[in-house]
Amino acid sequence: MEKTNRTKLLIGLAVALFSLALPFVLEQCFSQYYVYLTVKIIIWSLFAVSFNLVLGYGGMMSFGHAAFYGTGAYTCALLLARASWPMPAALIAAPFAAAIVGLVIGYFSVRIKGIFYFAVLTLSCSQLVYIVVFKWRSLTLGDDGIQGIPVPSFISTLETYVYCYFFILIVSSLCIYILFKIVRSPFGLILRTIRDNPERATFIGVRISNYKLIAFAISAFFSGVAGALFVLLETSVSPDILKWSVSGEVLLMGLLGGMHVFLGPIIGAAIMVLLNSFVTSYTEYWGLFIGMTFVCIVLFFPEGVGGVVRAKWLACNQRKTF
Amino acid sequence: MKRRGGRSLPRSTYTNRLQGNVTWAEYCTMELDFSNLFAQFISGLCRAMVLFLMASGLTIVFGVMRVVNFAHGSFYMLGAYLAYSLTQFYASSPSRFWVALIVAPTLVSLVGGLVEYVLLRRIYDKDHLLQILLTYALIFVLGDFIKMFWGVDLRIVSMPAALEGFITFFGNSFPLYYFFIIAIGVLVALSLLFILKITRFGKLMRASAEHREMVEMLGYNVRGIFTVVFMMAAWLGGLAGVVIAPTVRLSLGMDMEIIIECFLVVIIGGLGSIWGALLAALITGELYAFGILVLEKYAMTFIYGLAAVIIILRPAGLLGKQAH
Repeated sequence: MEKTNRTKLLIGLAVALFSLALPFVLEQCFSQYYVYLTVKIIIWSLFAVSFNLVLGYGGMMSFGHAAFYGTGAYTCALLLARASWPMPAALIAAPFAAAIVGLVIGYFSVRIKGIFYFAVLTLSCSQLVYIVVFKWRSLTLGDDGIQGIPVPSFISTLETYVYCYFFILIVSSLCIYILFKIVRSPFGLILRTIRDNPERATFIGVRISNYKLIAFAISAFFSGVAGALFVLLETSVSPDILKWSVSGEVLLMGLLGGMHVFLGPIIGAAIMVLLNSFVTSYTEYWGLFIGMTFVCIVLFFPEGVGGVVRAKWLACNQRKTF
Repeated sequence: MKRRGGRSLPRSTYTNRLQGNVTWAEYCTMELDFSNLFAQFISGLCRAMVLFLMASGLTIVFGVMRVVNFAHGSFYMLGAYLAYSLTQFYASSPSRFWVALIVAPTLVSLVGGLVEYVLLRRIYDKDHLLQILLTYALIFVLGDFIKMFWGVDLRIVSMPAALEGFITFFGNSFPLYYFFIIAIGVLVALSLLFILKITRFGKLMRASAEHREMVEMLGYNVRGIFTVVFMMAAWLGGLAGVVIAPTVRLSLGMDMEIIIECFLVVIIGGLGSIWGALLAALITGELYAFGILVLEKYAMTFIYGLAAVIIILRPAGLLGKQAH
């Protein structure tokens, strides 16, 4: 027991040191662009992990999470640029706005039984958010997007992304830790029960739709945080963030990383962001690439990278005990 | 655009519409006086028929195969772009549109057959989530293939010469093409009724929707039936694309636009019910056409509102079977 605790502590220290040193190493050896990519990976990781609360633990395949990501981003951007709120206030308000949108969409989506309806409704509703943001020119400036959002200088400076990196790393880690606690809590356990056996869950007196709705709203909340962080990184936002393909990308991250492993989506996010920067520098057919990856995952390894790694690891451990 | 008193839908407006200077919404709201309500009704009917063509394909596939085909909108877009290419290819011939009307849906249905045979067939016995994912992946793949072949520019398909005219009644003149669309919709609805109720294949289709194993035990090739059903749905999607092509600018986003509306239609009508799709298409088409008079930019929100009401009051849709 003591030994595992010490290993845990050592791993924790190693991770902390690694993440502390990473931006400086990247800045020195490569360029600012790689620090920027790392920050992007962190934001997408938070988004993918919070999305996975719905996909992997709730067993609900949402095709509309871009709506929450985008709502978080737009709320933060509008509060900073239009209402000139202080940054912390905007950062706190954004996820609540996303959670409210999540409650509304979730209310309708979990109401009808059947995964088809859930998939169809989440996609349609997120498209409604897109349409509204796109057409409400007087508020959101439509497809021009909002540029030059005032972000305090201790986060975003023109010279370096390092401050941004640390700020976003801390906020994201905190959020991912909270999500981890939620997954491990009795609430998370009930969520998994509902996923695996809804009849039995009903039988022992669990109100399925309520739990699903709460999980959906929590997921929307943290997606909103990710969206707000995205604004702090980019200092601009456009309706592209609400596009249906963004929901597809986060879905692919969850699947690619492995939806039944808590940290799986982070692997997925890292792979996707790096591939995106690589692929889009050569070709404009990123969508084709996403589609092909989807097809491969569905046909050949539905458990994702994280699932494969975990299976290997478990097999290894088993061999040791025998 | 200046309004001209008395005469509605001036020819110049319509030409503008064809050249892509005026959007559908602007075109529909040129004249707001009371006599135009009838015009609104006709344009709503027109929209409803296109929606029905799309939603019937979506709902047939769901009813028989239990798969929601997310890529249905992509078949529609493919049909429209194929119509563009075919009319360009036969540019000198006066019957080019009719060639496109026959050939493009057939090609789309072949693509659909290929998709079913190569991809969907492998995962019928697996999790439904995987089937949804596969068709979802196709939106990306087909969308980018279309981008590859046709590029990102807006395309315009010219209207067939025979249908360029106008019909005047009740003091309003309507493009003849509207009535062509409505006729196609009615024709398709009747043919579907005929196929499903009377032909042997239709009976098999309905039987495999209810009891797949039973039909298999009777010695029928259910996999073959599924392929044909999927091809049929793709054909309907392609047909909708060709039919709509002369009235819109073809752009790469049109697959998502139509599929979202179709989803709302099948939610309102009940997923899996063809007559529900027809009823819901009529309601949504008219709701949109009249909604434009009230809230021009956000007319879609009425359809969302209706869908929300339906979900609360009658979750299985207007004509859908209540969940067991």
